[in-house]
Amino acid sequence: MDLALAPETLARWQFGITTVYHFLFVPLTISLAALVAGLQTAWVRTEKEKYLRATKFWGKLFLINIAMGVVTGIVQEFQFGMNWSDYSRFVGDVFGAPLAFEALIAFFFESTFIGLWIFGWDRLPKKIHLACIWMVSIGTLLSAYFILAANSWMQHPVGYRINGEKGRAELTDFWLVLTQNTTLNQVFHSFSAAFLTGGAFMVGIAAFHLMRKKHIPVMRTSLRLGLVTLAVGGLFTAISGDTLGKVMYEQQPMKMAAAEALWDGEEPAPFSVFAYGDVDKGHNEVALEIPGLLSFLAHSDFESYVPGINDTNEALQEKFGPGDYKPIVPVAYWGFRWMIGFGMASFSVGLLGLWLTRKKFFLPAAYRTGEDEVPHLVLLKKPLGSRLTRLYWLAAVWTTAFPLIANAWGWIFTEMGRQPWVVYGVMRTEDAVSPGVSQAEVITSMTVFTLLYAVLAVIEVRLLVKYVKAGPPELSDSDLNPPTKLGGDVRDADKPMAFSY
Amino acid sequence: MELHDVWFVLIAVLWTGYFFLEGFDFGVGVLTRLLARNRAEKRVLINTIGPVWDGNEVWLLTAGGATFAAFPEWYATLFSGFYLPLLAILICLIVRGVAFEYRAKRPEENWQRNWETAIFWTSLLPAFLWGVAFGNIVRGVRLDADFEYVGTVWDLLNPYALLGGLVTLTLFTFHGTVFTALKTVGDIRERARKLALKVGLVTAVLALVFLLWTQVESGDGASLVAFGVAVASLVAALGANQAGREGWAFTLSGVTIVAAVAMLFLTLFPNVMPSTLDPEWSLTVTNASSSPYTLKIMTWLAVVATPLVLLYQGWTYWVFRKRIGTQHIADLVH
Repeated sequence: MDLALAPETLARWQFGITTVYHFLFVPLTISLAALVAGLQTAWVRTEKEKYLRATKFWGKLFLINIAMGVVTGIVQEFQFGMNWSDYSRFVGDVFGAPLAFEALIAFFFESTFIGLWIFGWDRLPKKIHLACIWMVSIGTLLSAYFILAANSWMQHPVGYRINGEKGRAELTDFWLVLTQNTTLNQVFHSFSAAFLTGGAFMVGIAAFHLMRKKHIPVMRTSLRLGLVTLAVGGLFTAISGDTLGKVMYEQQPMKMAAAEALWDGEEPAPFSVFAYGDVDKGHNEVALEIPGLLSFLAHSDFESYVPGINDTNEALQEKFGPGDYKPIVPVAYWGFRWMIGFGMASFSVGLLGLWLTRKKFFLPAAYRTGEDEVPHLVLLKKPLGSRLTRLYWLAAVWTTAFPLIANAWGWIFTEMGRQPWVVYGVMRTEDAVSPGVSQAEVITSMTVFTLLYAVLAVIEVRLLVKYVKAGPPELSDSDLNPPTKLGGDVRDADKPMAFSY
Repeated sequence: MELHDVWFVLIAVLWTGYFFLEGFDFGVGVLTRLLARNRAEKRVLINTIGPVWDGNEVWLLTAGGATFAAFPEWYATLFSGFYLPLLAILICLIVRGVAFEYRAKRPEENWQRNWETAIFWTSLLPAFLWGVAFGNIVRGVRLDADFEYVGTVWDLLNPYALLGGLVTLTLFTFHGTVFTALKTVGDIRERARKLALKVGLVTAVLALVFLLWTQVESGDGASLVAFGVAVASLVAALGANQAGREGWAFTLSGVTIVAAVAMLFLTLFPNVMPSTLDPEWSLTVTNASSSPYTLKIMTWLAVVATPLVLLYQGWTYWVFRKRIGTQHIADLVH
């Protein structure tokens, strides 16, 4: 069959499309849940109205986003069985358990407490209502943890044995699957990146309003929270990316060699800034490199030998038999760069913003601003001029979505960099597809999902824009007087609900 | 009882929980066309399930995840074999979830109407398709020696399975109608009770034929008991509804669902997916299950987590126990 329409190719495209799409919503959900919970905690503790307005504003955007995350996640739970039935048969004994844990522990948590939070404003006492959003936040983190443990097992299978008689992998050590270094590093990296994403989202939207001098008290607070989240998230993303990279050099040398388009092993190995090469011949024609840096990324020193794509391919052929063990090198190479580039660009905007909007630290007293003023952007001793100020706000707005791009490329890189394996060293992707599912069926589902997702994307983004522009809502009496009893105070039996669909 | 038998029961429990809970919210979705006379009443209906539909749906995800972990072969065969019907269900669930969350987010009438239409169809279609799917599971499908489904999508649309689909559709609608009578106040509550009688009678006829067919084809003593309970509780639910005992009517329609699902699983056991080509090729609790180690871990998970889930989900229903009428729906856009 024509390779472009082979069931394996189609199933991979569908998985890629639906998963990358799903993951646009996941990091925002994870970080916004925690940030909204933080803002609501500030409201409960200080009773300052700006925190409640911020909670409602960001909470609304969070809900628009999580709705999409939830529904696109349903597909993920069933897609393994639909398109990857041989994979499911082979690994279900190992891979199914974290998925079941995710559903039974995390999904129930998220879905139940989000319902309580959405509809609970006039039904739950303040502190219990607050506890609900924290439960949602814990649910999102647990959910991510279990699914990342499952993915890490595909990257670096541990805690299993092959049962030859049944022809499948069987779990022998679940604890190891949950705590192996691949899992822990991957979780650390994904969580940090999630907060980088949420931070950038908050900063971008706050900048949009501050540039127009609107909703200042709420947006000032949001800007600050967003910048700190962005900077801390960015820092941890970089640190965890470095440690995850080192783990990958050990566990999947091919992926990292491809990430660097390092065709032949070198000692010391350089970091490639730009490369253009001939994949068939296996070498680069143009290469701009920083000497020794790759050795450092792989082994923390500037001298070590780092094996290249060609060497690794030979080593894998010796181990697993004849075949091509190279991923698509340009995708790995550019995916790796776009992940780092877009992520770190956002991080820089955050760091710069944190410095420019500092409150007291090395800031001349004259430029300190009050609660209802847009903060001055002070580079050294004086505020930036109006053009530069505007430029920074614009940069913050325009980089809002940068981490989303970085996240997507990070996943494309790590998943495509693992090819031709679906479970590294254990099962090949071509052996994983459903043998009974026809080409027509996969084309149908891929087309339907792609079209539906495209339509929903338009709807979602337009809705987000509408609510972003509307700004924080005015507070009503019932907002400011939450009930004291569970189920709501019976003041007026016919009183409209605070929130209804 | 071995662990894979325990897991057969637990998977049955998860599907039962799913049909009990999402059953009434599918039903309420269908009622937006069948019962609501105006937009305010539609909103009343949607808001009776507002805080809980998402949690209800997670029972499905858990059933899926648990099947993957406890019976990988079953999971693989079922979802690759029933590819197109499952795709249709997934599309419905995606649109439905978005519809609930986004409907009230814009004031335009067109926008809201479109989402209301979506809620109706995406509730009706899965309510029907799940019955078709379970009809086929119980009846058996064309599985080859590798447990691959070798039939076509048309084979799945056989009379028995289609009747199963009509049964779940009407039963869930009935369940949703008595739920509405229990959860609303005012005119809509009265009409829900009247409608429940009609829907209940249709359900009773269809369910009787379908379950009897099941019993004759593949039933045993235990399934006969479940059959009896299902029919009796459905009749009792109708009686309770006529007597104005709404709590009882809902409980009894729930018992009907529990007993009907139990009956299907009882006739299925020890198979999980029988092959109509050769009984040797049937997927059973033994040849489809995971290793004892995995099942043991999963059992610990179920023992610890399930009671907690029931506890906090139950608490949610208690928090939102108040009846809703048109007067409670603020005319606001959120």
